[in-house]
Amino acid sequence: MSNIVFSVIARDLKLAMRRQADIVSALFFFIIVVSLFPLGIGPELDLLRQLAPGVLWVAALLATMLSLPRLFADDHRDGTLEQLALSPHPLGLVVTGKVIAHWLVSGLPLALIAPVLGIQFDLSGEALLVLTGAILLGTPALSGIGAIGAALTLGLRGGGVLLSLLVLPLYIPVLIFGAGAVDATVSGLGGEGHLSLLAAMTIAAIGFAPWASAAALKIALE
Amino acid sequence: MLEADNLECVRGERRLFSGLGFTLDAGELIYLQGRNGAGKTSLLRMLIGLLPPETGEIRWHGKPIRKQADEYHAALCYLGHLNAIKEELTPLENLLAAARLAGEALSEDNAIDALEQVGLAGREDLACKYLSQGQKRRVALARLVIDRRPLWILDEPFVALDVAAVDWLAGIISGHLQRGGMAVMTTHQPVAIPAGTVRELRIG
Repeated sequence: MSNIVFSVIARDLKLAMRRQADIVSALFFFIIVVSLFPLGIGPELDLLRQLAPGVLWVAALLATMLSLPRLFADDHRDGTLEQLALSPHPLGLVVTGKVIAHWLVSGLPLALIAPVLGIQFDLSGEALLVLTGAILLGTPALSGIGAIGAALTLGLRGGGVLLSLLVLPLYIPVLIFGAGAVDATVSGLGGEGHLSLLAAMTIAAIGFAPWASAAALKIALE
Repeated sequence: MLEADNLECVRGERRLFSGLGFTLDAGELIYLQGRNGAGKTSLLRMLIGLLPPETGEIRWHGKPIRKQADEYHAALCYLGHLNAIKEELTPLENLLAAARLAGEALSEDNAIDALEQVGLAGREDLACKYLSQGQKRRVALARLVIDRRPLWILDEPFVALDVAAVDWLAGIISGHLQRGGMAVMTTHQPVAIPAGTVRELRIG
């Protein structure tokens, strides 16, 4: 059972390594959007500290959105999606593998670079740590929820815009608790509660979203 | 044994065919014929379970395929008009990945053997985006060389192949029928398959 998940992850990671431009462009998009804020606002440290969690999280949502349209579209175009749907395993497990692979190449790099970018906003060491933890915990949920949107808009013309309209509102809870964790830490309340909720959302998204995506993919393949 | 019973296909507003039925036993091949747009590919997609028929039922060994999707897919090899190969991967990687996803054990040596048989010797390690149309088709067909699943469903398998490759593929399909396999395929060029029972089914 889990074999198929690992096979799909290995295949998608290999493909991503052959097409590194995609990973790098989403990562640079994140870096540049976040860096524009300190440059635009100027050296007002209190304001920057207040803005930091929101800016980083919004940029992370948008950077995740960038790679979502291609999650299933490439496989759909060359016919491999049909073969995945015909594999003797439930399609939900195949999609679980694709979601995990998507997170490894889109969410994980964001979490790793986030503390460096946080320094531009004069965040304290503790706040940087919570920020990294929050992005690490929250981005798998973004990949999972995004997969539903990507599956629903598969094969539609102008699907990219529709995908954003569909998925971004669903990202709001992750945004609120992700940014809230850092805010709570900065104000001394402690961000553990927010982080627990983020982890719960991620577990729910990884558990359920692939099966919803699989149902949508079956409709797209008809 | 594959049975189709009273199938009806509606695409958009148009009814493509109705009341279509057949049985396919071990060692038999069905040549699906019909003009463009008659619903050949739609019928194949029904047979692989991706398109639910409007009415009627498809049974594999007496049980409806939608009630045993995983078992049925384990017995089924489908080759669509898309090659289902990844341009970034090499022919060898494509073949190994396809076998792994289909849940089959395939050693690297056997995969290289299969690629040699389809005339891709020496190109195993070249990314597929550098291959020609015909060569990409051969990478897809290499799956058939090693495939031992009983039911093959092939959509226009002879497209983009040269004369020698058409003969070779006809031989591969005969071998499959001789081993007791079954096949359903569409084609516009009638190709003689030397072994097995060949039947024609005309739709539309």
